[in-house]
Amino acid sequence: MARMTMIEAVRSAMDVSMGRDDNVVVFGEDVGYFGGVFRCTQGLQAKYGRTRCFDAPINESGILGTAIGMAAYGLKPCVEIQFADYMYPAYDQITQEAARIRYRSNGDFTCPIVVRMPTGGGIFGGQTHSQSPEALFTHVCGLKVVVPSNPFDAKGLLIASIEDPDPVIFLEPKRLYNGPFDGHHEKPVTPWSKHELGEVPEGYYTIPIGKADIRRQGSAVTVIAYGTMVHVALAAAEETGIDAEVIDLRSLTPLDLDTILQSVQKTGRCVVVHEATLTSGFGGEIAALVQEHCFYHLEAPVVRVTGWDTPYPHAQEWDYFPGPARVGRALAEVMEG
Amino acid sequence: MSDRAPLSLHVPEPAVRPGGAPDFSNVKIAKAGSVPRPAVDVASEEMRDLAYSIIRVLNRDGEAVGPWAGALSDEEILTGLRDMMRLRAFDARMLMAQRQGKTSFYMQHLGEEAVSCAFRKALDKGDMNFPTYRQAGLLIADGYPMVEMMNQIFSNEADPLRGRQLPIMYSSKEHGFFTISGNLATQYVQAVGWAMASAIKGDTKIAAAWIGDGSTAESDFHSALVFASTYKAPVVLNIVNNQWAISTFQGIARGGSGTFAARGLGFGIPALRVDGNDYLAAYAVAKWATERARRNLGPTLIEYVTYRVGGHSTSDDPSAYRPKTESEAWPLGDPILRLKKHLIGRGVWSEERHAQAEAEILDEVIQAQKEAESHGTLHAGGKPSVRDIFEGVYAEMPAHIRRQRQKAGY
Repeated sequence: MARMTMIEAVRSAMDVSMGRDDNVVVFGEDVGYFGGVFRCTQGLQAKYGRTRCFDAPINESGILGTAIGMAAYGLKPCVEIQFADYMYPAYDQITQEAARIRYRSNGDFTCPIVVRMPTGGGIFGGQTHSQSPEALFTHVCGLKVVVPSNPFDAKGLLIASIEDPDPVIFLEPKRLYNGPFDGHHEKPVTPWSKHELGEVPEGYYTIPIGKADIRRQGSAVTVIAYGTMVHVALAAAEETGIDAEVIDLRSLTPLDLDTILQSVQKTGRCVVVHEATLTSGFGGEIAALVQEHCFYHLEAPVVRVTGWDTPYPHAQEWDYFPGPARVGRALAEVMEG
Repeated sequence: MSDRAPLSLHVPEPAVRPGGAPDFSNVKIAKAGSVPRPAVDVASEEMRDLAYSIIRVLNRDGEAVGPWAGALSDEEILTGLRDMMRLRAFDARMLMAQRQGKTSFYMQHLGEEAVSCAFRKALDKGDMNFPTYRQAGLLIADGYPMVEMMNQIFSNEADPLRGRQLPIMYSSKEHGFFTISGNLATQYVQAVGWAMASAIKGDTKIAAAWIGDGSTAESDFHSALVFASTYKAPVVLNIVNNQWAISTFQGIARGGSGTFAARGLGFGIPALRVDGNDYLAAYAVAKWATERARRNLGPTLIEYVTYRVGGHSTSDDPSAYRPKTESEAWPLGDPILRLKKHLIGRGVWSEERHAQAEAEILDEVIQAQKEAESHGTLHAGGKPSVRDIFEGVYAEMPAHIRRQRQKAGY
């Protein structure tokens, strides 16, 4: 078993997929010769040639539009949007085109594309390199939305996404690229090479889209998280000593509702954590589902811990980022409820 | 305060509004046969004039003249005439059906029939169009069954799109017709992607992109030209300039560029302007552009100069923004009448045969309509199932959609 960072795991997923299927093509801004600003596509052009992995003009709508056309032809494009914050020019192509082509043509045409986007903050990226726009995609029917939290999942989920017959938004928490960042920005992050989920098979494997994973078994409270916040939640559980069960959703659409409900029915308490802004965020959907299905099991109101309803600031990053202290306070709050 | 003269904003206006006398004196019409036909491998900078002129084959006497003439046989031209007549008859019946409440909405091609009917004949089986809502001639001229189109328009139980799409938003992979979207210009760059895919795979198929004059203002038009230019994609980029974007005259989208075709020049894309009401010219130019694409010479931009005689859709009344008689003043005439005159002059057609063909085609359309109506219309008879709302959002129905379908009672 190899040790991989999340960057290497993502790269390996594309490498394996391109090797298995000639129809897989990879393109985006800076992804060709240079290998991407985060290095996720490094070496793919050299290995598979310029027509399988290439640079695109700085035009996100064009990247999505051409990917949709390629998918209609029969290719399986896996494109990179350099930062999730840059996806807005492509939003029309994603929401009104990619997401609906199967439906509106009654399956005459389909859109098997993957849109990879580095997401989230924690890198002093300011308001245009730190956003978490997942709720803008979970609100759109016809898309699948995947957010891995570690190298092992990232590779298996990305291969599954490339093989999926429908469009998948694949959000890569950029703060996790090099290690399981738990919000303790004052300390160096443990590298993935020292983490069990940094052990990644070299070859082919998939992780099914739509299946959550329980990262920490617990009985006192259920914490529902994804991406970077999984590690923050784990840290909060350890530091507070509250016996939290931490669920890593991995896929937001489709959502593994069964795993959520089983856990909340067991613990009777629920905290939802995400880095994105609060209002109309994905946490609202989770909270609604939990109260619809588990109302009589709940011992306390469902609490959300999220980014503030402001743009992502630069200097005040760690007052914005919902770190382990804030999650810990929420755990204590629901335990009192 | 500055001592400079105050700035003022320029807001373009059409030459004439309702109540005025139609005036197309600003539309410069080149003489038929006067525009040269360059070799298909010529560089775009050596044919810049073609972006500002109008390629025409049929002269006022109905003769086919000049270097773009002679591309089609008698039989092929007769087929072209019948295709256009069929599309016009189809439109007339479907407009009426909409007025009778058999569907919610319709969009006709009146005056623009030559563009899509001629273009289809320049494509091969397996090529792919990414059309707008006003290119049904691509389907008609490829022999797509009219009854299928009507089933879609009526959203009935036999609708191939199961009632999900607005009328006329057809889809047929088999007939090289990509599923139509109601938002604008998105398809333009998708066509470039399809063409890139064909080139990536070393295939021989080409793509065609379609857009109207108004939507060229969308950023996806720019995106398409960038990608087509960069990767020399085997795609024909068609702009149908029918003068009106709903109520907005073409000058609002065109701005100061002179012509829409000229937008290609900055991208190094060969650009031509053609008389869109001249079937022979439209075909000849389409053939030139498809030949370029097939020879891996890259994209071509074509502006078809035509006129939207009818309203934008059944929800539009053009008398509110342009003179009622403007279509009669349109200097490029009617595409069907012009081709008919040519065929009569060629000695292969007559008024009698034309009248007979009109009657036959009308009968064909009525038969198709009867069959389609036997499967229902929007508010009467057979309908797609409520289940069809929930099917096909994904390849495999996820649990949350299944729960919602069950909640809806299905």
